[in-house]
Amino acid sequence: MSTIAESDKTVYLDYAAATPIDPEVLQTMLPYWDKKYGNASSMHESGRRAKGAIDAARAAVAEVLHCEPQEIIFTGSGTESDNAALIGVARAARAHGNHVIISAVEHKAVLESAAQLTKEGFEVSVLPVDTRGVVDVNECLKLVTDKTVLVSVMYANNEIGTIEPIKELSAVLQKRRAGGMFPLLHTDACQAAGFLPLNVAELGVDLMTLNGSKIYGPRGVGVLYRKKGVPLLPLIVGGEQESHLRAGTESVPLIVGFAAALKKAERLRSAESSRLTALRDFFIDRLLKKIPNAMLNGHPTERLPNNIHISVPYIEGESILLMLDRHRVEASTGSACSAYDLQPSHVLLALGQTAEIAHGSIRFTLGRNTTKEELEYVLSVFPSIVERLTRLSALTATI
Amino acid sequence: MNTKDQLCNDGTSWLYSETVKDHFFHPRNILLDEKNYEADGVGVVGSPACGDMMAVWIKVADTGRISECVWRTFGCASAIASTSMMSLMATEDGGMTLPRAKRMTPEAIIERLGGLPDRKYHCSVLGHLALREAIKDYEENHGART
Repeated sequence: MSTIAESDKTVYLDYAAATPIDPEVLQTMLPYWDKKYGNASSMHESGRRAKGAIDAARAAVAEVLHCEPQEIIFTGSGTESDNAALIGVARAARAHGNHVIISAVEHKAVLESAAQLTKEGFEVSVLPVDTRGVVDVNECLKLVTDKTVLVSVMYANNEIGTIEPIKELSAVLQKRRAGGMFPLLHTDACQAAGFLPLNVAELGVDLMTLNGSKIYGPRGVGVLYRKKGVPLLPLIVGGEQESHLRAGTESVPLIVGFAAALKKAERLRSAESSRLTALRDFFIDRLLKKIPNAMLNGHPTERLPNNIHISVPYIEGESILLMLDRHRVEASTGSACSAYDLQPSHVLLALGQTAEIAHGSIRFTLGRNTTKEELEYVLSVFPSIVERLTRLSALTATI
Repeated sequence: MNTKDQLCNDGTSWLYSETVKDHFFHPRNILLDEKNYEADGVGVVGSPACGDMMAVWIKVADTGRISECVWRTFGCASAIASTSMMSLMATEDGGMTLPRAKRMTPEAIIERLGGLPDRKYHCSVLGHLALREAIKDYEENHGART
């Protein structure tokens, strides 16, 4: 009997949904809520101090991304950065063309931005993925026309953890540009941060989205990296902040916290990636042995170190999730029944899975506090949950 | 408990009522060994693609009342709990008469469950339809007995 089973400890395995704030990061932020409250637009000392803190944060983020500080735009969330990268850039580049390409497995922030562009007269092509969730670089090239202004492919998928070949994509797009600027390449790196290199020059991206809540930083703050010269119309107007690209009084504590969190995530990246990859593979191996009909979704190796995503036939994800919750294990599901729109995950359907199988999916995402003991505990309770729901299922009945 | 804990002591309430929770974790009248169960009628509704599918087996007493109502469900917590509640309603107080059982409504099941979230209302409460199918099956195959 593990000590977790005897305790009332919660095993949190939903780090892709939200990370707890790092205590050091929180300490860095605290003075900016009360003592150092100045508005960065004010000319007095308090204002200058706030501006100084933002400048330092911008420089710190730029250092991690290997770009210029002016190329960093602080936003209110990863969603806002995605909106700006799609809608703000496409609108600004409209004179060049009206075509945008997105992958089939993008986050809703990209999907719905693309849908908005469709309403504005843009044409949107959807780049399919293979059964492991990987886009085909050559297929992407086939979709590119002279009117294509932007290609948006996420760095790593939030549901199934598949890592997309962004470098390869940028290399073929670079050739296609033939010295010009278009098509631009945007990548949503919200899930990749802390696990994959964020060097924008090496990746060859023109735009990159990051957010605070996946890197043990604060929520309510994101970053859009925008390469110098990339056209962008602001989505939020009413002030000169962020070089007129994102109006609104800057939240100094959130910006300072974001920078501290990103710096720390980058510092821990290599060690955490190795540690979690080993834990991930241990968990997948044991789980598939204990539940032989379970299937691993996504790519076996080209996947985030912290992502485990499986489908179990005959049973439904919300039921699994609530049974796990009763055992104090917190996970996530792509089942329609847990979604507000009652649609199964578009990512799982894009892999070619049937809706039936997509309903029985469960995602465990590991993080800094995850231990092997926790995973062993999950392995000790999960098979009985699966067995119980399978026995209860109408799909296993002979009728 | 310090102030910080008090401030954070929220959001742990369930999406579902206590009754739904009870029927989800302790479902009543499940049929595990369907191969050796001699039912008077069987009904199946829903589809795996939609995420909800349920099978209901009934036995009808000589009195014309439902004496047993057992089931299996593929679906979310509210689908499992609502089938469980339906089976209880069909068999309590000596069992429902067939005409009454045929008129069982999803609203009645939801009321007994202490309510369901709006978005779960239409998709997951199919138990009454499965029961109706089972009664139809019984009437078609055992018509001579009634």
